[in-house]
Formats: sequence, C-alpha cells, structure tokens
Amino acid sequence: MRWIWVDRVVELETGARLVAVKNVSLAEDHLHDHFAASESGPAEAIMPASLILEGMAQSAGILVGHAERFKEKVILAKVTRFELERDVTPGCTIRYTATLDQIGASGASTSGVIEVLDHARAGEFERIGRAQLVFSHLDQNLAGTAYPEHNFVFGETFKDLLRNSGVEWESRPADRPLDSSPAP
Amino acid sequence: MTQDEIFNKVQGVLVEALAVDDDEVTPEAVLTRDLGAESIDFLDIVFQLEQAFGFKIQPGELFPENVAQNPEYVQDGKVTPKGIAELKSRLPHANFAALEADPAVERVAEIFTVEAIVKFCERKLG
Repeated sequence: MRWIWVDRVVELETGARLVAVKNVSLAEDHLHDHFAASESGPAEAIMPASLILEGMAQSAGILVGHAERFKEKVILAKVTRFELERDVTPGCTIRYTATLDQIGASGASTSGVIEVLDHARAGEFERIGRAQLVFSHLDQNLAGTAYPEHNFVFGETFKDLLRNSGVEWESRPADRPLDSSPAP
Repeated sequence: MTQDEIFNKVQGVLVEALAVDDDEVTPEAVLTRDLGAESIDFLDIVFQLEQAFGFKIQPGELFPENVAQNPEYVQDGKVTPKGIAELKSRLPHANFAALEADPAVERVAEIFTVEAIVKFCERKLG
C-alpha cells in the first residue's frame, strides 16, 4: 500500500489554494478492519478519521511545498483544529480544499474544508468537516538539526501524483485551473 | 486599538492555538507552564497573531532564535548574564523576572507571559 491519501489534484492556485479528491474504495485494506464483522453484526466499513485528516494534510502540504517550489521539506507539525461531522464509506468521493493562510521561513498555516459526495445519493458535495493545520519547514528547525539535502518528504509517489494531475514539478506554473489531461 | 481590544484579540489567538479556556488566559499566565504551549505552538501563535492583527512578525522578533546554541549565551545549562542582556535587548516585551532569579536554560520559555505577547502587539501597532 502506498502512503498517498489523495488521488488527484484538481485545482491549484500557487500559494493560495489547492483542491484534491480521493475516491474511497472497498479495495483498500484498512476499511476491512474499521470495523470488521463480529458476532453481533456485519462489517461496517468506515474510513478512519485519522486517514481523512492525513488526506487533508497531504493536500495542504502539497500546497505549502508548491508555494516554495518544493525546496522545503514540509512536515505536518500541528493539528490546531480538526472537526468531522459524519462517517465516510466506500463509494464516496472526498474533496479536500486547502487554503494557505500564512507562510514564512519557518513554516506555514493552512485552513482546510472537507466535503463528501455520496454517489448513493444524487446531489452535490456536502461539507462534513474542517481542519486548521500548521506545517514546519524541517530545515529551518530551531534546534539547528541538519537533515539530508534530498527532499525525502516529496518523494516519487507525490511527484507522480502531481505530474498526473498536470502540476509542473520543477518550475512554478502559472496560476490556472488544472485541465483534465495529464502533463506531457 | 485600546489595550483591552488588543488583550481580547491575543486571548482569542491563545484560546484557539492552545485549546484553553478564556479565563485561563490571564495577563500573568506563562504560555508554557500555565497554558501548556510546546515549541511548535509558538509558530502557530506567530501565524495567528499575524492574521488577527494584520502585521508581519520577523523570525526571532517575538520569540528568540539561536540563543541556546550559542556558548556565549548559555553555559552549563544556565543562561549567562550576557545571554540575558542579549535576550532583553532582542525581546523588550518579555518578562525576565523569573529567569533572572533562576537562569536555567529550560526556563527561557517562561519569559513569555500573556502580558508579554500583549506588550509585543502594542509595540507593533504603536
């Protein structure tokens, strides 16, 4: 299993806002353990809130990293607030909208909105949660600890996600909505 | 902006950043010891103050940087008189009474009371 909790970046305004989606699939192993069938009832597959938060953090983390052309190692440092109002089940699509509130040499703060589209119910995305997150630029840590030069935070899995979403990796793209075709 | 208005905004920031109640955020409360702030909370507080007041805070302007690593400023786990003088000049808003009484390096964070943050904001706005 790859530790990537968004499927596609669908909108990106450099240094301002990123929208990503994730389709929740019954093929994902974790759903079968959360919660497994027992003598008292059938399996109740619910995406763990911690992994929904991880998807939000990955979306916001990409926004923060992209703002500095992925020169910084961006790590989630603090969950200031996280609220989730309903469960998410297989067959749903989650939409994460991350907004960059502040960014400086040491890190960044973001606001996030979590919405869900339940394909069993015809309709629109429904807002189900929000998150305030703080990210740290690892190389700017106050303790002065040195880390490898290689940006191990944004590894190949993230690069593939961004390329397949039409986000240019090495250079800062012009602000524009992403089209539906992958980058060449 | 009046002192009360500044205090109320600072209080709101600390309630949000540290998940504490309004009435815990008194002027004399120490961010670490009384309100449970950890190192990463200081970055969060800087960001939230910038948003709440609309000013920019430079690295090291509100909270100190590169003091504990400097052997001139810290020796044998204690902040030297030179170190305290340096902190005072860099951070005129902070409260040094407790640190001067016991200059243990782990007590440096205790110079940040709620009142110190309010004073800092007053200076920035003034």
